[in-house]
Amino acid sequence: MKIVVAIKQTPARDSQLRIAGTGKWIEEADLAYEVNEPDAYALEEALQLKEKHGGEVIALSAGPARVAQTIREALAKGADRAIHIEEDMGALDPLAAARLLAAAVKSEAPDLVLTGLQSDDLGYGQTGVILAELLGLPHATIVMKVEVDGGAIRVKRELEDGWFQQMEMPLPALLTIQSGIGKLRYATLMGIKKAKTKEVKRLTAADLGVAAESAGVVLDRIYTPERSKRIQLFTGTPQEAAAQLVEKLRFEARVL
Amino acid sequence: MSILAVLEHNGRAWNRMSWETLAAAQQIARELNTTVSAAVVRPDGQSLAGELARTRLERVYLVDHELLAEYTADGFSLALRQLIERVKPELLLFPHTYQVRDFLPKLATSLGKAAVTDAIAHRVHDGAVVFVRQFFQGKVNADVRFAGDAPHFASLQAGAYRADQVAEGASEVEIFRPDLRAAQIRGKPLELFRESERAVDLTAAGIIVSVGRGIKEAGNIPVVEKLARALGAELAASRPICDAGWLPMERQVGSSGQTVSPKLYVAVGISGAIQHLVGMKGSRTVVAINKDPNAPIFEVADYGIVGDLFQVVPELTAAIEKIKKS
Repeated sequence: MKIVVAIKQTPARDSQLRIAGTGKWIEEADLAYEVNEPDAYALEEALQLKEKHGGEVIALSAGPARVAQTIREALAKGADRAIHIEEDMGALDPLAAARLLAAAVKSEAPDLVLTGLQSDDLGYGQTGVILAELLGLPHATIVMKVEVDGGAIRVKRELEDGWFQQMEMPLPALLTIQSGIGKLRYATLMGIKKAKTKEVKRLTAADLGVAAESAGVVLDRIYTPERSKRIQLFTGTPQEAAAQLVEKLRFEARVL
Repeated sequence: MSILAVLEHNGRAWNRMSWETLAAAQQIARELNTTVSAAVVRPDGQSLAGELARTRLERVYLVDHELLAEYTADGFSLALRQLIERVKPELLLFPHTYQVRDFLPKLATSLGKAAVTDAIAHRVHDGAVVFVRQFFQGKVNADVRFAGDAPHFASLQAGAYRADQVAEGASEVEIFRPDLRAAQIRGKPLELFRESERAVDLTAAGIIVSVGRGIKEAGNIPVVEKLARALGAELAASRPICDAGWLPMERQVGSSGQTVSPKLYVAVGISGAIQHLVGMKGSRTVVAINKDPNAPIFEVADYGIVGDLFQVVPELTAAIEKIKKS
């Protein structure tokens, strides 16, 4: 079974973000990056499917040179090889992003394409589904379990409000994976060593014959949202802040 | 410029967000001085369409085909694409539900478009709609516009518009029968189910202490357990904590867990991603303890402490134990 897993590198979760002077993106210079969390679970699922059914896992990521680190981590965890589309993605809309990914996936003709259900940076939650449409594949979103049965798969989809649904579809197919589908593995020392010898194919948008520009959604500006005025913040030592909070909870909110 | 609101119904009940989307569509139509119609996909859905026809709309389209009895991304996308070709709306609005997330990107792509998903607000500028979206889990807002020709697509976040603002009226129902063949629908939906009866009913709790990623590891959970015990509260968590197995799934608050509205909700080390906020923002009093002053949880909190939870929570627990004793 040949699996392509599309992963994205996003700013680390606890990053303090500053808006860049252009007002169109964040200041990237001093940020730490990590793999987008749902994509880490997509990679985990791909590796588990390979362990069960054999085959190959190809990690695919688009972004500038720093993305090489996220790709190395995927290879260290067990991906067999990788494709790095070296482009500055920024706030590129999901259609443009998916067109780049689709061009790279097409020549691989995989049995299964996996990706996280959404990114923690732009959060459109569209790239996987668009990729499926561009590749002409059936898809399922927010997947919590995957079972392969010959030329078909059966998946468990998460719905709202605690409901789930089973669904079957033929292969090849694309799935967007929900966080928590499996337990994330760590790279082993052996894995890290082996990763250095694995193939990483580097491509640009030009190599793929695709324009790296937003096709459907134009970003005017980004800005820090206005904070609501009603919050009361307590400062001082932890002890002082706790005492002030308890006072308010007792005599103002009257909930204690 | 005309607007089409595509609304969601599960066969038993309207999704509440459908009415929010309808209210938004009516509001945007007023601001653009244009008309709004609505569509619902449902075989034999005359009574549903009839409910919509009692609101102020140009027309209600009932998309009716036996292959649409069960939701599939292929079926809905193909049927709505044909409706768009027939009605030619310029702006289509959807509630940002799990179902819409499953088919809207496919539908838009099939017409060469990209949708603006999960919008929280809009404004009209020079006769065009600018939508506001959240980036970076709510830390940053973005103003976005559509590029290229109509049709344009947007989905609206739960709670972004008010369902009680739907204007009443009278409109006609038109039945639209798309041309579909069974072979076009590749995914086969099977049974719907819930994992288990919920042993923990967080919705009945008066006080909830909820813990998020800031707790760092399973071994630290007792820090918040002690606070919950002091307050006589139920312990709950954001999704990542349950995903990691540090607390059982049945204690999850948020879009995929329970929706709660206690008199006091104490969010400890929870940044406040929208998926969590939708599950707790109806709480009467919200307290947030987080080390990041820009965490979105502070937007919905009444009281907050910016600081290290491992220092703050034990102090808070001690202060509460003290007043409970006295």
